[in-house]
Amino acid sequence: MRQWLAFIRKEFYHVFRDRRTLLILFGMPVVQIVLFGFALSSEVKNIGIAAFDNAHDAASEQVMDRIRTSSYFLVKPPVRSYGEIEKRFRDGSIKCTLVFPTDFGAALGREGLVQVQVIADGSDPNTATTVFSYLSAILAGYAGELAPTHRAAYQIVPQIRFLYNEELNGSLNFVPGVIALVFMIVATALTSVSIVREKELGTMEILLVSPLKPLMVLVAKAVPYLLLCIVNLVLILLLSVFLLKVQIRGSLLLLFAESVLFIVTCLALGLLISNRTSSQQTAMLISMMGMMLPTLLLTGFMFPLENMPWIFRIVSHVVPSRYYYEITKAVMLKGLGFGHVWRETAVLFGMATALLLVALKTFKTRLA
Amino acid sequence: MAPATSDKAMTCRKLTKRFGGFTAVDGLTFDVDRGEIFGFLGANGAGKTTAMRILCGLSHPTSGEATVAGFDVYRETEQIKANIGYMSQRFSLYENLTVVENITFFGGVYGLSRPEIRRRSEALISTLGLDNEAATLVGALPVGWKQKLAFSVAVFHRPQIVFLDEPTGGVDPVTRRQFWDLLYEAAASGITVFVTTHYMDEAEYCNRISVMVDGRLEALDSPANLKRQFNAQSMNEVFLQLARRAERS
Repeated sequence: MRQWLAFIRKEFYHVFRDRRTLLILFGMPVVQIVLFGFALSSEVKNIGIAAFDNAHDAASEQVMDRIRTSSYFLVKPPVRSYGEIEKRFRDGSIKCTLVFPTDFGAALGREGLVQVQVIADGSDPNTATTVFSYLSAILAGYAGELAPTHRAAYQIVPQIRFLYNEELNGSLNFVPGVIALVFMIVATALTSVSIVREKELGTMEILLVSPLKPLMVLVAKAVPYLLLCIVNLVLILLLSVFLLKVQIRGSLLLLFAESVLFIVTCLALGLLISNRTSSQQTAMLISMMGMMLPTLLLTGFMFPLENMPWIFRIVSHVVPSRYYYEITKAVMLKGLGFGHVWRETAVLFGMATALLLVALKTFKTRLA
Repeated sequence: MAPATSDKAMTCRKLTKRFGGFTAVDGLTFDVDRGEIFGFLGANGAGKTTAMRILCGLSHPTSGEATVAGFDVYRETEQIKANIGYMSQRFSLYENLTVVENITFFGGVYGLSRPEIRRRSEALISTLGLDNEAATLVGALPVGWKQKLAFSVAVFHRPQIVFLDEPTGGVDPVTRRQFWDLLYEAAASGITVFVTTHYMDEAEYCNRISVMVDGRLEALDSPANLKRQFNAQSMNEVFLQLARRAERS
């Protein structure tokens, strides 16, 4: 026990004296949360829109007024020809056009049914889709207002409502992803680098000829990072709740337990990497390229897994963060209990156990 | 075959280690006395490191017998580890820990109590004249001081034997000489010193020297006797004569 405490104290000295480690440890989560939460929001605001108004009647003016008052659009001077639409798309001043037919107001009054055309800049599909749903909502709202004064029209208008994230707050989805990413880096990269550093410096030899058991060396190396990861988890959750206004709907205890399981999985990966490499650069490279990229790409929080080619979907099954991401989303955003995430938990548990066993088995008590 | 007695720090009888068809250590037989400074020489690849690994309890021999500090290298590696100290050619302290923190850490690793560590480290620091540097990061110390400190840390838990693997690499002869004063002090206090080196001036300082060639022990005696035996002026000549016998590179 005394040996352990001595070791763990030493590890903390290392961490707190190395500015780079500290920066990665506490700077990165903050930066990522802020980046993903604000800068990389999938919400679209201030979209340039122009009317191609062939009607010039009261109804078309009313529609444009409604668009003007919404915070999503910025109404630009109207266009006068189809050719001009393309020109303005190209110079980027507008992203979409709303085309009113010549008899817009009249047809609306007569039949209660009229078609408008939305032309959107498809070179940016996300914005185009968002534009379409915003405009549909505005038009539907306008039509609904007209309905009482006019003949009842039999229309079926889909009312889309997003469950769990009604405001479509983009940061909600990113938070579980960022947590996974941070653990992947802190637990995997920093742990493997800290062990390989001892190999490089030669202090590992001293530890191996000491009465410390090899297993103890590994565990003592991992414990400080486990603690630091938990501190990081608290930090990220606090930032998410108070800065990004993310609500944690499920059990905090379950979220913590699952996070610790994931951290242990990452630590085991880090130990495994450190066993197989002998230079800090290699360890860093493997952790970053080998672990971070799959985490970013194959977890599902940046790019939906469903749309990927089958081979990527298969590979994604061995990425631990994928399961953690599912669990966190379920617990944090949907408020589900253990009953809904036990499968993912079991997979993670299996991975952690297997990785730990392999890491301990391959730890070589090599001298020089 | 003499049984291990209490005046022997180390005994080896036909100690052999094979890796597949390759015999890295081939039937080593020697004893090291308590309080002796025992030089362990050999060209790169002669099998020094493998032998040292076995004696430090890091690896099991293929055959033969050996005891270190009275403990068996097959069954009692844990006791061996607790009773030896080790310092390597590569600098073996933590550069971003202070002098006191390094001492405290290694003391803790060897299971010394906090008050004991405090008492001994105060004594050590004043002996080494590091009073003003106690709170300095080890990385900021001159190389010579680092090496003295590293050795002092290696014997801090008062081991019976200390293994030094090319401890003075990259150090000038004057600093080496000062370093060896520390070794003599340790030996005088009863600690057995087992040292490998490439510097022949250092070899001259040892009580006895063994030279390994191709996994076998080719010579073992005091520097003076070895020079006489090989009709050589210096240890360097002795070493070169022996090293030429090597068949594997």
